[in-house]
Amino acid sequence: MKCKTSAEVGGMGHSIKRKEDARFLQGKGQYTDDFKFPGMLHMKILRSPFAYAKILSIDSSAAMELEGVLAVVTGETLKEYNLHWMPTLMSDTQMVLPTDTVMYQAQEVAAVIATDPYIAADALELIEVEYDPMDPVINPHTALEPDKPILRPDKEGQTNNHIWHWETGDREATNKIFDEAEVVVKQDIYIPRIHVASIETCGCIANFDKINEHLTVHMTTQAPHAIRTVLALVAGHVGLSEEKIRVISPDIGGGFGGKVPVYPGYVIATAASVLIGKPVKWIEDRSENLQADSFARDYHMTGEIAATKDGKMKALRIKTLADHGYTDAAANPSKFPAGMFSVCTGSYEFENAFTEMDAVYTNKAPGGVAYRCSFRVTEAVHAIERMVDVLAQEVGMDPAELRLKNFIQPEQMPYKTPLGWEYDSGDYPMTFKKALDKIGYDELRKEQAEKRARGEFMGIGISTFTEIVGAGPSKDFDILGIKMFDSAEIRVHPTGKAIARFGTKSQGQGHETTYAQIIAEELGLPAAHIQVEEGDTDTAPYGLGTYASRSTPTAGAAAAMAARKLRDKARKIAAYLLEVSEEDLEWEPGKFFVKGAPEKSKTIQDIAFAAYTNHPQGMEAGFEATHYYDPPNLTFPYGAYICVVDIDKGTGEVKIRRFLAIDDCGNIINPMIVEGQVHGGLTMGLAPAMYEELIYDDEGNILTGTFMDYLVPTAVETPAWETDKTITPSPHHPIGAKGIGESATVGAPPAIANAVVDALAHLGVKHVDIPVTAPKVWQILKEKGVAEA
Amino acid sequence: MSKQTITVTVNGEAYTEEVEPRMLLVHFIREKLSLTGTHIGCDSTSCGACTILMDGKSIKSCTMFAVQANGKHFTTIEGVAQNGQYHPLQEGFKEEHGLQCGFCTPGMIMRAIELLDKNPNPTEEEIRWGISGNLCRCTGYVNIVKAVQYAAKKMAEAPKEKGALNEV
Repeated sequence: MKCKTSAEVGGMGHSIKRKEDARFLQGKGQYTDDFKFPGMLHMKILRSPFAYAKILSIDSSAAMELEGVLAVVTGETLKEYNLHWMPTLMSDTQMVLPTDTVMYQAQEVAAVIATDPYIAADALELIEVEYDPMDPVINPHTALEPDKPILRPDKEGQTNNHIWHWETGDREATNKIFDEAEVVVKQDIYIPRIHVASIETCGCIANFDKINEHLTVHMTTQAPHAIRTVLALVAGHVGLSEEKIRVISPDIGGGFGGKVPVYPGYVIATAASVLIGKPVKWIEDRSENLQADSFARDYHMTGEIAATKDGKMKALRIKTLADHGYTDAAANPSKFPAGMFSVCTGSYEFENAFTEMDAVYTNKAPGGVAYRCSFRVTEAVHAIERMVDVLAQEVGMDPAELRLKNFIQPEQMPYKTPLGWEYDSGDYPMTFKKALDKIGYDELRKEQAEKRARGEFMGIGISTFTEIVGAGPSKDFDILGIKMFDSAEIRVHPTGKAIARFGTKSQGQGHETTYAQIIAEELGLPAAHIQVEEGDTDTAPYGLGTYASRSTPTAGAAAAMAARKLRDKARKIAAYLLEVSEEDLEWEPGKFFVKGAPEKSKTIQDIAFAAYTNHPQGMEAGFEATHYYDPPNLTFPYGAYICVVDIDKGTGEVKIRRFLAIDDCGNIINPMIVEGQVHGGLTMGLAPAMYEELIYDDEGNILTGTFMDYLVPTAVETPAWETDKTITPSPHHPIGAKGIGESATVGAPPAIANAVVDALAHLGVKHVDIPVTAPKVWQILKEKGVAEA
Repeated sequence: MSKQTITVTVNGEAYTEEVEPRMLLVHFIREKLSLTGTHIGCDSTSCGACTILMDGKSIKSCTMFAVQANGKHFTTIEGVAQNGQYHPLQEGFKEEHGLQCGFCTPGMIMRAIELLDKNPNPTEEEIRWGISGNLCRCTGYVNIVKAVQYAAKKMAEAPKEKGALNEV
């Protein structure tokens, strides 16, 4: 991509170094746990040892006697204020603290507020809780059986553990294609329960000022404005009015979707601060984070494709069982209980498709949030990319050839899918062919054949996925009724320097740099002169926050639109200063000049100064603009990934020899940052594909509650990723960008799973569920009689 | 709980403080000394966010008591830049985009300082093994490896000025 601005200006396409790095490199980042306030108290949470139990009694008298303990908060305490339950973002309900029943292991039972975190931890040991354990519902497949207890009798009309049914597409027309199809393939695919496990856990410091009745909360949140509104809605009846709530999201140590929900700990700390009138800090530890914070995924899918014998796909059906734990605490847009799962037709042309899903309650931690992917897209992509390979195997075609035969063609864009999305752009064959050439696909297939002949196991896996991000257009997208626009406000100071504020919140994506570059591109002000600020609800314009790769598609667009408003005003001021009509002026980044007389010009800095010192009579003074951007459509980044694996016959260990990722995210703001996002996304695709899983035993004990058993990949397991790009700009986005934060997380898992199945396909293996761990692969090798002792 | 007096040197400055015997070193550094660049990510010595140098050797400060630190010399991330100049590793992380959210970065840098001290010219594999006690969720490690290679090269070129090469 050719840059329109100089390196000094640093607009789009420049790999400028990040503005935020200086503080992080010197230990001067300000994360939530780094703040201290006078008189600050500390909160620790007592958690349930049982997955499902009646609480018979809670005796906190001994804890209260411990010196330094100010309060023990229980469900009964909160019930006095009607704060013991709260709504989830999916309009389900969740306990803040229980009054009678615990619903999953590690659920919050009580909280101690003390002068010191060590004392608070001591006090937890002194709280006596009498439980009456009950048989939990753990397996979602049997959760609806009549002999199972109804886990949510508190919900009106609840006769079993069913939460919702959702379906989309034309069932009958799809079934008809299946009935008449030459080939039908069917496969059960599980995408396990996992956890984002950002290295910074969650926490907050609630600070209620009793005199001014004002609440400030420093919180690890990806969506500070939404949190402020939720707090006002949840606690408005006890006097927390929205103008008296300030949510500050300081530096965030990774979010990935796990810092979108409102966790009970936030609410308890806030309630405690309001009651006591002092700042209350709550920082969860890693085990609390893994055991109780929102999980991701946990979809049990059955996919089917109807096709011709020569591999032309005709129709797709997917039926899914979703395990949501004891409440639906996902964070999807209101109209989309299964998020954007219906992007499951992927990069391929189908005559028709139908998908349906049932969600159930179990005695597990609530959630269903993202894991560095927009709403349920990873699940959809895993299903379709796995199914395409299942079909290729069935009809005896190379999976690359089958993909090329079925791609939506570039001339079909914009393309309306059978499940209702309108893909804005993309050239799937071009990007895929680039990947095949770059990795040397034909050579690899030859090598594989030779190795097979020698009894060695080598596999090549492909994923040619389509993402769906940038939620979203207000006609369809809201969270708790709030439309999913996002915002930018730019203030250019008299000396031509600027501050820009946004409704989003970076958690490492580099917004302080990339937003400045967008404004630099539009106004010609050097990015170095633009300070970007996010995360303070008192100063930033309202926005729905950063998740689902929405920042560039929404707030990035808002930045461009606000800058264009300033450019319109700048033209008027320049015309006035140069004593010409507006039509006589031409723009190049950084200045207006008179057509045919380029020596007569005014720089954007001259104009900014004039806006405060010499603006035309009748014009509003100042040089500021705000824009709330409501996208006309979503954006559809895509990619072509190819993974090469070798499998050790003695151990079942899968070694990723090469992994090539070619991404297309439209126009690129900062190539260095985009590549970094892809590297990170790939690693969070690798993690659930090969290592991570939240595992429960039959009693509902979580077996993966620390980093000793929940295996986040290190530098040793992570391959040296190879990346490249193609660029097909979004036709509707103001700067042609699409978003990139999560593409790789979405696209990588099926490439890895497909490579493993491909390595074993000649043995008759058709599918392996992720994570493809060494023991799982070794077991297959053993069953097939090819494992080395 | 009865307290004990300890004296430690952190980033060249001596501190004498009373601590409970059970106080973790990382809490001592963060809470008592207000050096919050050292982070806490796991409590089980798995993630390495709390890595600091003790007498030149990288340790995880979340699984050591403050009282065990008595008489020792420590360097934390706040003490790495000298006279307003980045350490080559800090420069490498910036130049190679080796950080995103920044939470693991101080621990990574402290670990990499010892790595390069012991092995000034590591291979990629040696770097990957060398930082395998430090988790990063954002970068996929590719650019962290490059950052360490950048620093190794820089330090080899100007060994005498190690630690004080470039302006912040």
